Amino acid sequence: MNQSSILDFRSGTSFAPILILYSNDMEMISQRLQEKIASAPDFFRNSPVLFDLSELNENDMEIDVAALISRLRQLSLFPVGIRGGDPLQEKQALALAVPVDSGRSRGDPILPEIQKRDDAVPEFQAVIRDAVRTPAMMITQPVRSGQRVYAASDLVILAQVSAGAEIMAEGNIHIYNTLRGRALAGVQGDIEARLFCLDLQAELVSIAGIYKTSEDLKEISRKKPVQVYLQDQALIIEELS
Amino acid sequence: MARIIVVTSGKGGVGKTTTSAAIAMGLAKRGHKTAVIDFDVGLRNLDLIMGCERRVVYDFVNVINGEANLNQALIRDKNCNQLYILPASQTRDKDALNLEGVGRVLEELSKDFKYIVCDSPAGIEKGAYLAMYYADDAFVVTNPEVSSVRDSDRMLGILASKSRRAELNMEPIKEYLLLSRYDSDRVESGEMLSLEDVQEILSLHLLGVIPESKSVLNASNSGIPVILDEKSDAGQAYADVVARYLGEKKPLRFIDSKKGFFRKLFGGK
Ligand SMILES: Nc1ncnc2c1ncn2[C@@H]1O[C@H](COP(=O)(O)OP(=O)(O)OP(=O)(O)O)[C@@H](O)[C@H]1O
Ligand SMILES: [Mg+2]
Repeated sequence: MNQSSILDFRSGTSFAPILILYSNDMEMISQRLQEKIASAPDFFRNSPVLFDLSELNENDMEIDVAALISRLRQLSLFPVGIRGGDPLQEKQALALAVPVDSGRSRGDPILPEIQKRDDAVPEFQAVIRDAVRTPAMMITQPVRSGQRVYAASDLVILAQVSAGAEIMAEGNIHIYNTLRGRALAGVQGDIEARLFCLDLQAELVSIAGIYKTSEDLKEISRKKPVQVYLQDQALIIEELS
Repeated sequence: MARIIVVTSGKGGVGKTTTSAAIAMGLAKRGHKTAVIDFDVGLRNLDLIMGCERRVVYDFVNVINGEANLNQALIRDKNCNQLYILPASQTRDKDALNLEGVGRVLEELSKDFKYIVCDSPAGIEKGAYLAMYYADDAFVVTNPEVSSVRDSDRMLGILASKSRRAELNMEPIKEYLLLSRYDSDRVESGEMLSLEDVQEILSLHLLGVIPESKSVLNASNSGIPVILDEKSDAGQAYADVVARYLGEKKPLRFIDSKKGFFRKLFGGK
């Protein structure tokens, strides 16, 4: 057998959410985590997670690393790395098969709060991929009322987005159909992000947190392709001709 | 292998049970061995509309719990020997059904039947979830009003993401729209959404429009599915639905307003 067909190492970046701890109170950590998980169970279930102890160590707050790891696992998270730990903490983690991750711990964007809406069915779909240079997320089925989509990239939707649905992307959003729900582009603050759709009847459109609701969109003519973008902090909605 | 059809809606009172009874009868009348299952545990309705309430001995919950076998619980319809009814229990609460048990019953029925029609309870909770989970086809019953359309849309999202087919990454459930209680006069006057409005919002394959009709109440009072009332508009509309589902081409009927028709006839506005 050809030697090279057995395995390969490629350089790559994987994307696991980073859990930064500001408290060493295990019960409070546990409770807050459960709330977070409940807000987006499909997103967090069996998700890899890196935990970061640099805040705690800077403030001389001790934490039982072994207890933390087992707590994370109980909550069906998979700790895949420790950051910002001291040598003893790193050793404890390693003993439980959690390797040391030397990546930078500061300045990473905080994951958006995924708010649970009371009327949301727990069918949140989320895909988080590498934040840099990821291919667009592609959706070919309608996004129906109560469904939510999160893309850590551009988001391309070939079907309609119903009223009561919510789509979010860190990059641009392209909808080759009617948008009736809520669409938020550039949710991590990218003010260059744009939104395109063939028929704008949205409940809300937002770029980098600056939004308009259906009230403000009444003037927009229906059944015309439009783009939405930011100019000097103002949301511009423009027909594409 | 049977084809499992769920009749669902989200919103209550839109005509799911009426539809389940009609299409089950329609399929059976055409010679396809069909079972219709009442998933509305605690409310029991289907057996009344099918006129077999006095023959209920065992029910769906008994079968799931192993207290009776399927043959003991299935009731053969009095009008059509190809049609069987599996009634719901009136005495149990909703938690009496479970996913595994429902799966077992459907699998056993699949060996013997061509079509299995599941009459879903209203809502998007457990009962509705169990009714749709194993489905191959979904008849989404919608009334021409905003809240019903919104609930149908919501249910379509659940069909697309929570069903067995979705979870196993199989070909998705085939979704059909059944617009029911359509009152063309009230559509004409703007009180209700039109067929076009609903189609634009849901963009679904339309299986038929069932007119608002007194014949439905008459049929349910006499315990005979309305599809057997061949002279009635609703009965004919349901017969068309069954034909279209089986692949026949049928023009849409019962969508034009009578008032509108006369207005056109006499050259009014
Ligand atoms: N096409 C119709 N024309 C007139 N009345 C109708 C029609 N379809 C249904 N109805 C009436 O509407 C009521 C509700 O119908 P049905 O029980 O079939 O709805 P459902 O969706 O099963 O309700 P539930 O959500 O409570 O199970 C009944 O009184 C029925 O007679
Ligand atoms: Mg019913």
